[in-house]
Formats: sequence, C-alpha cells, structure tokens
Amino acid sequence: MRLKLEKRQEPSLLMLVMTPILSVVLTMLIGIVVFDAIGIDGMRAVTDIFLTPILASYKWQDVAVKAAPLVIIALGLSVGNRANVWNIGAEGQYILGAICAAAVGLGTGSGGVLVILAMILAGMAGGTVWAAAPAVLKLRFRVNEILSSLMLTYVALQVLNYLVSGPWKDPNGRNFPATAPLLPDQMLPILVPGTTIHLGVLIALILPFLFWGIMSRSVFGYQIRVVGAAPNAAAHGGFEARQTIWASMLIGGAMAGLAGALEFTGILHKIDLGFPSGYGFTAIIVSFLGRLHPIGCLIAGIVLAVTSVGGQLAKTTVHIPDSTAGIFQAMMLFFILASDILVRYRVRVVRSPKAVVAGE
Amino acid sequence: MGFDVIASFMTIVGLSTPILLAGMGELITEKSGVLNLGVEGMMLLGAIGGFAAAVMTGNPWIAVMAAAAAGASGALLFGVLVLTLNSNQTATGLALTIFGTGVSSLLGLSFTGRIVAPFGPIFPASLAKDPFWQLFFGYSPIVYFALVMVPLVAWFLASTRGGLILRAVGENDHSAHSLGYSVMGVRFAAVAFGGAMAGIGGAYFSLVITPMWAEKMTAGRGWIALAVVVFAGWKAGRLLVGAYLFGALMWLELFAKAGGFNGFLPVMQVVPSQFWAAMPFLMTVIVLAIISSRKGGGGNAPACLGKPFLPSN
Amino acid sequence: MTSAAPRLQLTGITKRFPGVLANDHVDLTVLPGEIHALLGENGAGKSTLVKMIYGIMQPDEGSIRWNGLPVVVTSPKAARRLGIGMVFQHFSLFEALTVMENIALGMDAMVPARELEAKITAVMAQYGLMLDPGRVVATLSVGERQRIEIVRALLLNPELLIMDEPTSVLTPQEVEQLFVVLRQLASEGRSILYISHKLHEIKALCDTATILRGGKWVDACDPKQESSRSMAEKMIGGNLKDIQRGKVASFGAEKLVVTGLSIPGDGPFGTALKDISFRVRAGEIFGIAGVAGNGQNALLLALSGEEVAKDHAAVTVDGVKVGHMPAKARRLQGMASVPEERNGHAAVPVFTLADNAVLTARDRMGMVRMGLIDSSMARTYAGEVIEAFAVKATGPGAFAESLSGGNLQKFIMGREILQKPQVLVVSQPTWGVDAGAAAAIHQALVDLAAEGSAIVVISQDLDELLALCDTLAVINEGRLSAPMKVSEAKIEEIGLLMGGIHGEGASHAA
Repeated sequence: MRLKLEKRQEPSLLMLVMTPILSVVLTMLIGIVVFDAIGIDGMRAVTDIFLTPILASYKWQDVAVKAAPLVIIALGLSVGNRANVWNIGAEGQYILGAICAAAVGLGTGSGGVLVILAMILAGMAGGTVWAAAPAVLKLRFRVNEILSSLMLTYVALQVLNYLVSGPWKDPNGRNFPATAPLLPDQMLPILVPGTTIHLGVLIALILPFLFWGIMSRSVFGYQIRVVGAAPNAAAHGGFEARQTIWASMLIGGAMAGLAGALEFTGILHKIDLGFPSGYGFTAIIVSFLGRLHPIGCLIAGIVLAVTSVGGQLAKTTVHIPDSTAGIFQAMMLFFILASDILVRYRVRVVRSPKAVVAGE
Repeated sequence: MGFDVIASFMTIVGLSTPILLAGMGELITEKSGVLNLGVEGMMLLGAIGGFAAAVMTGNPWIAVMAAAAAGASGALLFGVLVLTLNSNQTATGLALTIFGTGVSSLLGLSFTGRIVAPFGPIFPASLAKDPFWQLFFGYSPIVYFALVMVPLVAWFLASTRGGLILRAVGENDHSAHSLGYSVMGVRFAAVAFGGAMAGIGGAYFSLVITPMWAEKMTAGRGWIALAVVVFAGWKAGRLLVGAYLFGALMWLELFAKAGGFNGFLPVMQVVPSQFWAAMPFLMTVIVLAIISSRKGGGGNAPACLGKPFLPSN
Repeated sequence: MTSAAPRLQLTGITKRFPGVLANDHVDLTVLPGEIHALLGENGAGKSTLVKMIYGIMQPDEGSIRWNGLPVVVTSPKAARRLGIGMVFQHFSLFEALTVMENIALGMDAMVPARELEAKITAVMAQYGLMLDPGRVVATLSVGERQRIEIVRALLLNPELLIMDEPTSVLTPQEVEQLFVVLRQLASEGRSILYISHKLHEIKALCDTATILRGGKWVDACDPKQESSRSMAEKMIGGNLKDIQRGKVASFGAEKLVVTGLSIPGDGPFGTALKDISFRVRAGEIFGIAGVAGNGQNALLLALSGEEVAKDHAAVTVDGVKVGHMPAKARRLQGMASVPEERNGHAAVPVFTLADNAVLTARDRMGMVRMGLIDSSMARTYAGEVIEAFAVKATGPGAFAESLSGGNLQKFIMGREILQKPQVLVVSQPTWGVDAGAAAAIHQALVDLAAEGSAIVVISQDLDELLALCDTLAVINEGRLSAPMKVSEAKIEEIGLLMGGIHGEGASHAA
C-alpha cells in the first residue's frame, strides 16, 4: 500500500485558494505548540504575532507602512517568477532605488512635487539598472540570474555602506553613518494625519489592481503566462524568450527600486546602515504566498507585514527575538511550497499489484 | 604598527574556514544536481546547535557533531520539500535561510551571554603558541578538518564509484534513472552532507571565532559559500583557492579599516574599505560571466542543477 | 550433435495498452549467429516487442524461450544476466563524464578501475571500436557515443544483442563501421536483433527479417532474396484504397515556395534540414511522408517561423520573402501552422479554449487593441471554431486539457483554418485522433484548399496522405525527395524513399 500522486484534470481552484489560507493557519497552530514546548506562552505569542496587529488599531499604521514595500516588490517579482525568471536580487535593487532617490534629493537640496517625482523616478531607474545587469549577463553570457542578482545585492550593500559612511555622511550627524535627513518638502505627503501612513501606502494599494489589469488583459500579461505555462507554445505563439527575460527582470528591478525610493521619501527620510531590512527577500515569500497573483501579493504582503509588526510586538510582550517572525514567515512558505503539489496532483492510496508470474 | 605576517595569515585562515566548510558541502549538494540556497540558514542552525551542545556537555567534539546534525536536519527538511514534494528549489532554499535564521535566534535566547571554552588548538602549547610554529599548529581542529576534506572530497568525486554515481546523477538524472540508480537517494545523501558541513562551518563562529552566541553571527558567509562554489567551477581544489581568496579579501577589508595601508601604500587609502568588501562578489560575477559564456556553456555546472527530477514513467 | 535450439523464440506474444493492441500474437525466432532484422513502420509494435524481450515490460499472453528453455524476463538486469544486451536508440550517457566513467556507470556490479580499463581496451581492440577511454563524451561524435553503448553491452558477453534503430543518427561511413562490428559478433555465434525501417541496410546486413505491421506479424523472410520492393510492400501494406481525388487538378499561383532551406540540427541528436525545396500552389495539398525522426518537426519549426533561416528567400509566401521572419510576422503574411504536439506546443493545456485562440489568432482576428486583449473577441472566435468544427467542449471557457485528443485537435485545426490563411502547414494532423474527428479534419483541409489556400501535410500515415494530397514528397534524414503526383505515385516507390533508397540510380554509400 502506498500513496500515489495522480495528475488532476485541471488545476484545482479550490486548492489554489485554500493552500495559502491553510498554510497560515497551520503555521499558527504549530507556533502555539512549539512556543509552549520551549516555555513561552504559545497562545499569547501567536496572538501577538498574527492577530494583535490586525485588531489593535494603533498598529495599523505600522502594518500599512511595512506592507507597502513588500507588496510593491512582490508585484514585480511575481511577473518574473511566473515566467520562470528568478530575480533574487530585489534587496539590492531596493537599495539602489533609495540611493538614486537620495542622490536627487541630496543633490538638489530643494523640494516640491517635481523634486519628489524626480526622486521616485530616479529610484525606479536605479532599481531597473541594477536588475538589467543580471538580465544582460543571462542573455549574453548565459549566467544564472539567481547567482548574479544575488551577488549584486552584496555589491549594493557595499555601495550603500560606502556612501553612507563616506561622501554622503551627515556632517551634523555626530559622526553616525547616515545621510542628512530629507527636508520636509522632500518627503512624501502623509495621507492620514497623525500617522506615518504616507503616499507610498496608497501606491501600494493601487498598483496591485493595475498589475492585475495588465496581467489579465494585456498581451504582455498573456505572454508572461504562456511562457511560464508552456515555453514551446509561447514560441509557437510568436513570443520571444529574450523579450520576456528582459521585461521580467526590468519590471522586478523597477518595482524594487520604487519601493526603496518610497521607503526613503515616505518614512525613513534618511539612509543608514540599517536600511537594508530584508524586504527584498521577504517579498519573495510574499510573492509565493500570494500565488504570484497581484491581488494575492496584496493580501500576502499585508499578512507578512502583520507578522513582522507582530514579531516586534511579541519581543516586548513575551520576549522572543524579532527574527522569530522570520520563522513563521518561512514556515508559511514551507507549507505553501509543500502543498503546491496538491494543486496539480491528487493523492490516492494504491494497493501494490500482486507479483505477476508470466506464463512458463 | 608593524605588519605581522603570521597573525595576518592566521586571521585569513580563520576567515576562510567557515566558507571552505560550507562551500565544500554545497559543492557536493550541487554536484548531485540540487541547488540549496539555504546555506546561511544551515550554518546558523549549526552555530546554535554546536554552541548549545558545548554549553550542555562541555565537550567540543560532541558540539561539532551536534552542529553537523543541526545543519543536516535543516537540509533534510529542504530535501523532503524539494525532492519528495518537488517544490521550487529557489524558493525553498530561501525559506530555509529565513527559517534557520529565525530558529537559531529563538533557540539562542537561552544561551545569550553564556560562554564556552573556545575549541582551540589541540597541539601542545610549545607548538601551538610558538610565535612561528603556530602558523601550522595553532589552529582549531575544525580548521584541519576543513583542509583534510578538500583532498578527501576531490578523491571521492574523482576516484570512487560513489562519487561517480553522484556526478552522473547531477549530469543527467534521466540517464542515471534509466541505468537503475536512485536519483532521489543520492540527492538526499548529498543534501544531508551539505547541511552537515554547513553546520560545522557555522559552529566555527560560535565555538572558535567568538566562543559565544550572537544572532545572525555568520554575517552572510553562507551566501559567499554559494558564490565560491560557482567561482570554483565545482572543483574541490579550486574551492580551497576560492575560499582563501575570499578570506584574504575579507582580511584586506579589516586591514584597510584598521589603517593598515597608512605609511606604505598611501594611494590605497583612497580606495574605500567597502570596495574590498564588494570585491569578492564582483569577482564572482565576472568569473561567472567568463565561465558560463564559454563554449559548452555553464562551465562545469552540473547539467541538472536546480531542475526538478520528474521521471517520465 | 546438439540440436541448434533457437537462441530466442517468441510465440504468440500479445501486449495490450488502453485502446491499443500493440502486439497481436507475434512470433519471432532468432537463431544463434544470426543477424535478424525486425522491420516495420512506426507504430508497428517493434519497440513494444523488444521491451518485453529486455524485461522492461511483461507480455499479456505468449511465451519466451531462451536457448530452448522457457523464461520470464523480469527486468533489464535479469535480461542481462541471461545474456541479452541492448543498445537503445536514445543513449543513457553523461556528457560531462569520460568514456570510462560512462561505461563504469553502466555496469551492474562494481569492477575495480584498472581491471575495467583492461577489459574495455580488450573489447575495443577485438571489435575495432576504437575510443579513447579518457575522452569526455561531450566531445564525441554521435557514432562514437554509440560505440560506448555497444561496449557497455558487449562487456556483458551477450548471446543476443538488440540494436534499436542504430543507424538513424550515423553517417554512411559510421554505418559501415557498425556493420563490420556486427558481422564479427555474429561470426562468434552471437545473435543480433536489428530493429530498423531502413530496407537497404537490412538487405546489406541481415540474414532474416521479421516484418510487423499494425502489431501483427506479417512475414519472416530472407532480405537477401527478397526485393526491397516486396519488403516495402509488406511493411506498408499492399492493400491500398484507390486514390480518390474528386477534383480536377487545376491549381492557382504558387503560394508557398521553399528553396534550399537548410537549418542546423538542434543538438547532437537533432536532425538538420538539408537543402529542402518544394512548391505548393493555391488549391494544392502537398504531402510530406516519412518515418518519424527524419526532420519533420524541424521542418515545421522552419516553416512556422519558430526557427528562422539566414536566407530571406528560403521561404516565400505569396511571393513575399519570409525566411528570416519570426512566427508573428509570418502569421501576418498568411502562414499558419499546426505542430504535431497538441499539449504544450500547439496549445497550452492549462489555458481555456478562448486563451488558446489568442495564442495564434490574436493578430489576424483583431483580438489585440493597443496592447490589450479583447477577451470577448477571443471568446467569440473560439465559439465560432467550436461550432464550425463540432468540438465537444463546454464552451470557450473550457480548459484545453479537459478536451479529448480528437476534440482538441479539431479545435486547433479550426483555430488555424478559420483565420483563412494563405498557407497552412500541419504536422500529424490526425495522430491519436478518433476516426470521426479525423474525417472532419480531413474534410476541413480539403475545403480550405478548395478556397484557394496552399496546404502542406506532414504525416507518418501514408493512407492519410494518399487520400488527401495532390502531390507527395518523402523526407528522409532531413532531405526531401523530388515531388510526385499522387495520382501517378507508386506505393512501392514511396516505401523505398521512406526506407532511404532514393530512386533509380541513387546510391547510398554501400
């Protein structure tokens, strides 16, 4: 007797939607068990991580602000992931986005709508250029984009390090490696007075619908879907692989760069060594948890932001390190990756066939 | 400040060893056709596993074995997802990194502030502490283990049947399957080995470099190990060179930061230390470009690297 | 004196698969020291039969006797232990490893390196299969790679060696070298079972030929006595329908002109297209016959635009040079195509029929406006196709993979035909399709031709081609024969061309 995997007639829509939900629920349950096992109040911890940020309204701004970059980056990554182009360097592109935005801001020394727009566009450009490198390397030199984009993340970290410790160091900053803060009219407007919810949050709410529209209605969106589903059919349909790779990487870079610029102009207002907070990597989880779908990314981004904020909250209430949030995020990803197979295959119990003795 | 060659070299050895260990493990994993991006996570699991065992038993040798086991268990989790359930290798590996980082931090809570005796040299003090001979004898056993693994792994791959089967599985899983080899079994073993080595590499941090535990103490060395495997063209000997090259570059960064260039190469002062820190990664990209674009494309990369195995029967 | 028991004797072997009777009470007798051909077209049942001899699967009925004794061959390992070796058509080799390492991997038991090397060198020397054991397989030619497989098999000291279509990837010189080796093996008392469809080789090499057709045993004969013609006849089946083409062959202007089309092969096993030339006029249905693996897919890709040629003029549609144009541009010129693989190439299984319509019809049928897809147009068009071609599906929203093979094929055909292309190239249009759908597809093609399009049908089904086409050519090893009018064509000649003999006076390096 063994378990056999049987391909389904068509991908199960039910499973497609249920598996992310199941992953979250299972993670919560396991969390309670594990925490209790190591002597921490499991229920309290899991509640703080998963639920309190949703229920406590004073936490909403933190969730919103954290969700924005996650959602934006994940939108870009999902396009690539669907087409089997793996951009792991989103963190580096995010950093470059902030750097380029800062370059414009610090360089002009002035503010206003046009300057802010210029900063944001510069950020997108920076991220795009940083993603173009792995694309070129893949197309010209056949370099695996996973490794090249990852390596460039580290280079980006060093570029940031250098700028912030050297030429861009705030002369009034008590020798602390950080850029001079932005002027008030260089910052993104706050949407909800009295909170930290900046324009970037709105952008993060709108973009998923834009992406949804484009991906489901445009020829480009169709192209991405075909390339991911059946590369030979894509070729037959007249879609060229080169173009798909370029577009995927550049969109990923542009979105990551945008997120970086928005984070810089919207909430942080300066860049220091702590700027790289891992959004580029967490966004990969968001992308998968959201099943590579723009609206899914929106929801998953919020979920992961909740756990991030919850993780920090739990640090103060039950004294667990905030990297614990990472455990849960990873667990959700594990579950969804593991359960992926249920979308396309059905599990059947099969009896081993009796040994056949062919005619003598 | 004088330039202490011996101390510098010993520092380089210390910087290179974790990379060498993790890299060696990942080399075997990748040779079987599996790309495990979770090296950083496995190293951290090893670091806390080893440290915890050292605190609880006081025996560094047991600690190292515990570290290997911790790393390997992370790897096996990865293996079940990727090999049995055919999940996406890239995403699963990243998940492992994030997971390992988080788990190690959580488990490390109860060990913060504790100290163990560093797993130092086991040679007699007359050799290990001698100003000159310490160059050869002054290292932790983990260092010697790492160095011994280099020719061992090379021999295994080139001259044993097991190594041949491993390479075959990584080159053409379908052919290996047709010839009757268990692709799954070989890959599981390779992945587990990779995890064990990464675990030991991580333990080097918590047992030797700073014999205490700190969150995320491997500081990205796991990613460097991944890069070094490609840099080495999946060859053990070149891996040694690569690991030490990266170690030297990391030492250069420390040297530059400490003002070591003052006085004898003032022009170097213009070069920011971050340049040295970025060098290994830039170098890897350049080398990747050269290797991958050559005729035969992909250099020595195992042909099945990263591709899931889907038997067609 | 010992009675010469046959080396291998198959009696009444039958094997069923869902919907197909692959082998129907087949008999086969191979004597010691004999080179025995197993002859038949694709789908005749040769590989199924051989898989059972080698233990990969078990027969449903029938018996196998080895050297006079009844046996059950439970696995390839068991087969090897009996003394049966096999060289497959598709090699199980590792490109990055050396010859020695590849052979070592093929061994059932571990043999120390030095001993293995000595054995390998001995075998190579004995049979003239010269190879440098230290060379990396990726640097070897296909013929040299085959030698590795042969050495692997010979190291087991086999009494029976099965060769599955061994020469489909060899040059004429390499074929000769192979024959020398096989003859030597036979002279040592080993038996060879030689699977092929190449008549001239079988005549040159084999002592006996067993012919299969449609899963049934047709004949066992002596190729040296028989003529190629008669063997071809038996292979294809002499009973032909009378060729009925109701219409008078008056065609319009040339719609498709292919001149000197050459495309390098895709990888070491891909078939290269060599200097292909043919013309198709408006209203004409041009058939390309051939056994699988002779370049049909490469030809389709070269015509559809998925592979482009350097020479702009290699392919012209309605006088316009399209040789360099990719698929999208060719479609705009009026060239439509249907590749042989339904799932994954012609259509996307996980997409709906409407989305699959977008795949090839979007530009010609106005489904794209300013970069956006007009999904209602797509649904409408898909609906039209479904209706016009009686596709049994729940509607344009049905997933392609939920359709039966025949229905999906009708949809795909309809999708192209309703675009009213100038030229339509189809490959294996009715493969795996039920009779009703096949008839509908055939009628649709005839109707399209009647409206003035030029049609190219690439198929392994000769009956289909003879019923459908006006003109016929045969593709063999990437080359196209001279075209012939179907009304004047002789079946034997076609069979010969499929088998690689190119007409009178043609020489195949012998």
